[in-house]
Amino acid sequence: MNSASLVLTLPVVIPLATAILTLALREHRAAQRTASVTGWTGLLGVAIWLLIEVQDAGAIAVQLGGWPAPYGITFVADRLSALMVLVSAAMGLAVGLYSLAGLSPEREHHGHHTLFHVLLMGVNGSFLTGDLFNLYVWFEVMLIASFVLVTLGGRRGQLEGGLKYMTLNLLGSMIFLASVGFLYSQTGTLNMAHLHVVLDESGGGTLLLTISVLLLIAFGIKAAVFPLFMWLPTSYHTPPTAVSAIFAGLLTKVGVYALIRAFTLIFTFDVGWTHSLLLWLAGLTMASGVLGAMVQGSVRRILSFHIVSQIGYMVMGLALYTLAGLAGAVFYIIHHIVVKTNLFLIGGLIARVCGSAELSRVGGLIRKRPLLAGLFLIPGLSLAGIPPLSGFWAKFAVIKASLEVDAWVIAAVALAVGLWTLFSMMKIWSEAFWKPDPEDERCVPVPMDLASRVLGYGPVIALALVTIAIGLYPAWLADHAAASAVQLLEPDDYLRAVLGEALR
Amino acid sequence: MLVMALLIGGLIAAGLYLMLRRSVAKLIFGIVLVGHAVNLIVFSSGGLLHAGSPVVEEGRKTLVHPHPDPLPQALVLTAIVIGFSVQAFAIVLIKRAHQAAETDDFDRMDTTERDG
Repeated sequence: MNSASLVLTLPVVIPLATAILTLALREHRAAQRTASVTGWTGLLGVAIWLLIEVQDAGAIAVQLGGWPAPYGITFVADRLSALMVLVSAAMGLAVGLYSLAGLSPEREHHGHHTLFHVLLMGVNGSFLTGDLFNLYVWFEVMLIASFVLVTLGGRRGQLEGGLKYMTLNLLGSMIFLASVGFLYSQTGTLNMAHLHVVLDESGGGTLLLTISVLLLIAFGIKAAVFPLFMWLPTSYHTPPTAVSAIFAGLLTKVGVYALIRAFTLIFTFDVGWTHSLLLWLAGLTMASGVLGAMVQGSVRRILSFHIVSQIGYMVMGLALYTLAGLAGAVFYIIHHIVVKTNLFLIGGLIARVCGSAELSRVGGLIRKRPLLAGLFLIPGLSLAGIPPLSGFWAKFAVIKASLEVDAWVIAAVALAVGLWTLFSMMKIWSEAFWKPDPEDERCVPVPMDLASRVLGYGPVIALALVTIAIGLYPAWLADHAAASAVQLLEPDDYLRAVLGEALR
Repeated sequence: MLVMALLIGGLIAAGLYLMLRRSVAKLIFGIVLVGHAVNLIVFSSGGLLHAGSPVVEEGRKTLVHPHPDPLPQALVLTAIVIGFSVQAFAIVLIKRAHQAAETDDFDRMDTTERDG
């Protein structure tokens, strides 16, 4: 077994092994937690190794079971995949540590850790697979774990939100599976690199365009693109903070990743049509998400709607389909995952301190918890795009790319949405933190013991530092994003890794 | 081929109709029907023909022509297993949601839409 096959399969094998281990250890809470932390840390280590490997060698691939592509299942990592695996492993560790302080023992006993690792396995599998049907399988792994994580606990809101979440995502999966079937009958292959080659030769056609739109709908449901996003704000605020934070960070981004793969590697025969459709969707997603957020009154619901509007920026980068646009999209995804996860964790801390995350029931936190207030400002302002935080560079990259191709309308929408985002963040800031709480009756802080304070604040501080680091020193991530964009636009490297020289 | 196409179309139409009803009990039937239709799409994506099974017979190195494409059959097996497990989960979830909300009407399962 060489190092490439090891580093490509370990991001799936480690969560799987940890999931099995935590299931076996469910009667022993301390041992289960130790196994979980080991799993998260190991995954982060492997993800760093994978990124270094890809940085040195370009795209790497492994043919599972030794069946050569396009017949077997291929695992492949280029820069984008490696970056996504790295950031999801980091979020797994951060949210996992945070969850250790806030979870009820019953929840842990009923398999929270196991499902969390299965979720990470599904996410990593989706990022690494090079086969469309296999992508469907990883989506399902991820979805089934997320269904249970949403509904575990069985409060009425969770069940109702979970039901809507499940129904729409199942519908998305069915559309995905049907389009996989159609695509196979049209092309005779499901290997993404081979699809690129086959469609390059045959040159597309109306049927394939229809299939591409079906896949756009399927991935659009997962990515929460306008008008398919309504499942997200009704369900994301119902489960415990740790769960909604990891969902907010990772799940929709898997959908965006799938969109990027499909519309840079497979469906590029009619860019004028498909990508202008994507551009429309991007603008509408941004605007509808941010407008939805304005009327909400609870921290997590506001943040849920902001996920939707931020997805718009990423799709916008993809829709521009230029080097700068794709680089901006990649930069945006990474920035967004870090910031959004952090904001949900902070929302959870507000709820933990005050007993509620409802804006009408909290207040005066600037005096009671000044550290929390400062920590909110960093990702909050970053989300709105205030320099010098990471969000500024992300928005700057995407908007600059749109100006380069004279897409004035979408640039104007993006700027306006940024302003509204700032408004929303200021709403949370002024209601939860700044607004005085004269009678001290709205929020009576609950004292926390040292361990839960360290586990609660530690990940938040770490993620805030990452946000500042990206903001002050954006070159590292920008270089990676630009290199990913080159690999996406000219996938020679990817094709060579998957198919070898023979089939090209 | 025509029979298969009509069957798939009918299943999807019936399934979507059931899913659009307000009753959550009908929702699960809708999910099951559309799931079957999608499995049939995958199954028939390799083309339908009257031929033996795509198994290499003893003493031969290749398949006997004509033979169906074995790949969609492998895919549909996976899809059936996944679909079955998801549907099993869906039934339990719908039962629990029905018990918690004490209603069969989707429009009244709206506690998550309100603040609180």
